Amino acid sequence: MADHIIPHITDLEALERYAIHGRASLYPERTKIMVGMATCGRAAGAEEVLEAVRESIEERHLDYAVAETGCIGWCSQEPLLDVWVPGRPRVTYGRVKPKQVREIIGSLPIPRTDLALAVMTGDDNPVTGRYHSYCNGDDGRVDGVPSYSDLPLFRRQLRIVMRNCGIVDPSSLEEYAARGGYRSLWHALFSRTPVEVLAEVLTSGLRGRGGAGFPTGRKWQAVRDAAGGPKYLICNADEGDPGAYMDRGVLEGDPHSVIEGMIIGGYAMGAHEGVIYVREEYPLAVARMSEAILQAERADLLGKNILDSGFSFHVSIAKGAGAFVCGEETALIASIEGRVGEPRPRPPYPSEKGLWGKPTCINNVETWATVPVIVSRGGEWFSHIGIGKSKGTKVFSLVGNVANTALIEVPMGTTLGDIVNEIGGGIPAGRICKAVQTGGPSGGCIPAEKLDIPVDYESLAQAGSIMGSGGMIVMDDRTCMVDIAKYFLGFLEDESCGKCFSCRVGTQRMKEIVTRIAAGKGREDDLRLLEDLAWLVQETSLCGLGNSAPNPVLSTLRYFRDEYLAHIRDHRCPAKVCKELITYSIDPAVCNGCGACVSLCSGKAILGEKKKLYRIEQAQCTKCGACLESCKFDAVLVN
Amino acid sequence: MLHVESATMDETLAQFDDRRANLIPILQEVQATYSYLPEDVLRRVSRKLKVPLPQVYQVATFYRCFSLKPRGKHVVQVCLGTACHVRGGTRILERVETETGLTDVGTTADLEFVVETVRCLGCCGLAPVMRVDRDVFASLEQSKVKSVLNRYRAGGLKRPARKGGSRG
Repeated sequence: MADHIIPHITDLEALERYAIHGRASLYPERTKIMVGMATCGRAAGAEEVLEAVRESIEERHLDYAVAETGCIGWCSQEPLLDVWVPGRPRVTYGRVKPKQVREIIGSLPIPRTDLALAVMTGDDNPVTGRYHSYCNGDDGRVDGVPSYSDLPLFRRQLRIVMRNCGIVDPSSLEEYAARGGYRSLWHALFSRTPVEVLAEVLTSGLRGRGGAGFPTGRKWQAVRDAAGGPKYLICNADEGDPGAYMDRGVLEGDPHSVIEGMIIGGYAMGAHEGVIYVREEYPLAVARMSEAILQAERADLLGKNILDSGFSFHVSIAKGAGAFVCGEETALIASIEGRVGEPRPRPPYPSEKGLWGKPTCINNVETWATVPVIVSRGGEWFSHIGIGKSKGTKVFSLVGNVANTALIEVPMGTTLGDIVNEIGGGIPAGRICKAVQTGGPSGGCIPAEKLDIPVDYESLAQAGSIMGSGGMIVMDDRTCMVDIAKYFLGFLEDESCGKCFSCRVGTQRMKEIVTRIAAGKGREDDLRLLEDLAWLVQETSLCGLGNSAPNPVLSTLRYFRDEYLAHIRDHRCPAKVCKELITYSIDPAVCNGCGACVSLCSGKAILGEKKKLYRIEQAQCTKCGACLESCKFDAVLVN
Repeated sequence: MLHVESATMDETLAQFDDRRANLIPILQEVQATYSYLPEDVLRRVSRKLKVPLPQVYQVATFYRCFSLKPRGKHVVQVCLGTACHVRGGTRILERVETETGLTDVGTTADLEFVVETVRCLGCCGLAPVMRVDRDVFASLEQSKVKSVLNRYRAGGLKRPARKGGSRG
């Protein structure tokens, strides 16, 4: 956004000039207020908070800097406001209401410890390996407010991909440069050969973060070695797995990291053109990315003759049009070419015949964003993080029935239990954990008794799920596993492109069977039929969508067979979710006749008299559950 | 059916060159301008890009973001991602349908709203969520749906007030 951009960078000194400007706005010599303005922050009211900040500063004629940042990942506390007074720790306030802003600003430079969530005493920079302390002299502790490094949510995190999210202003190339941005590109172009860069990526052991976990270095090697050209790079930002939003977090919070990774990849593989395929459901990500591309071009970091090195690389954006299957690489390529997003058989793999029939390397957002760190710190350094064949860190979206919903980044091999119970703070309100769903519609449900498994590609596969793009949906005892299977089958039935008969019809039939079971009309041999169909769809579909479509059914059948049987044999939904098998009623001993439920009842089924007693007329009840949600006295019973 | 101003259409089409790769971007632009893909425009796109009309239709009907019929003025997208599902997204959808008088997803008779489902808006930490036009509403409960929709109804508040739920 800044107009003070210096026109051209042709050497490292010029890059440093950007960094100086960036440091001046990143760590100014005056008080700075930051508001997390990613999509999730905005949804929780960040725009109103930002407006209140601006008004409050104007009213008091204060010389404060105001900045928008991306998302630090503390979703359950959005909207987030941070205050940084030079020489002191950065203080984070959560669930900020516009009217609190005046109080927070009014008390400065003293933090409002009664409202503050946490203090950050400095930031780590994985690109340079340096720690930048915010505090002069002391340790920066603030009485009564925990430090980020003490909080279970942040203590175990290691942020490589999300290194700048929530720290920098995503619309500032200078701040990205101040965090060591584009230095890796400079080093690659001027002190390494393409083969040396490729060797670092091979040594790092980095595997694709989009789902399948194919070794990135080997993919790069294949594209580099492929005959013919021009070669293309694609950034797969068609983040389709429901429950996963780490790519959105990176695109909105640190777009330059993806661009830098792609240019380095282009140099290593001999490609000069890249396409970022972003789903249209992410308008802010598209806007942030477009802006970053323009900035990088104006700064000679992207385009013709980058940094006067003789190497050229161009990046453009293609917007998805709403098709889950386009996350599959051959379907994605078809979509960029203006065709329907149907997968085709592989081989030939995109590394031989990809976009426009040319060698193409497709990597996920996280994978590209990791590359600059590998180049600056070395593949060897990266390979020491993680476990077994799963190197480095992975970002997970920890959501569902968990206390701290968050975007977190941890070393591979952290156990599922540590993620849910320690980092996620466990299950709220005295419920118990039933399962964790990982890997989106291609993944599975891992039961609570298996939470001790380490999160790596192999262990998750053994447990009947997959790493996928990193969605982790925590489910408590109010979640019905038959309903979950039905949900995913509905999703896959909708999203199957229809090319393979087995996937198109198989998902429909499986959904019919599970729907029948959920309605209490299942037959005992339905479970065997489901397993047979699952095998068939798995074995005879062309692409990953079909191959993995049965996973949600198979994993729930494997771990929660009793729950299926309860629906079939006893016509009972133990979690009290499946509509056909439950009834709502009002406990006359508890109901005080407040009437909160009456106007919300979608079937007009609640009869009775105010301040006396209400009852539910079963024939009219649509089982929408609004009465249960609205009753403050727990008078609504579900049986 | 809305009458398509051909001058506006000329401008829209002129922004793109005749490469086949522009098919989806052009259709997205048309969809954004008219809220649907009018038949005469599809014919023009077919001629411009030299893509057979059936193939244009194939693309227009394959992708979720395109519609061949006029859609409501305000787009209501109820998220049915997994996190929203386990936190009651389906019940929010049913409530939206009740409030708009629909029995399924689709456009209301007065063309005020089009109700759609969407597979994840990426705001899973604040589930359940829905988006109306460009505004995302977080931590929804059935009791809040009516007031959210009222902001967009003709004569409703112009500026969406405090968005989101009590739970951040």
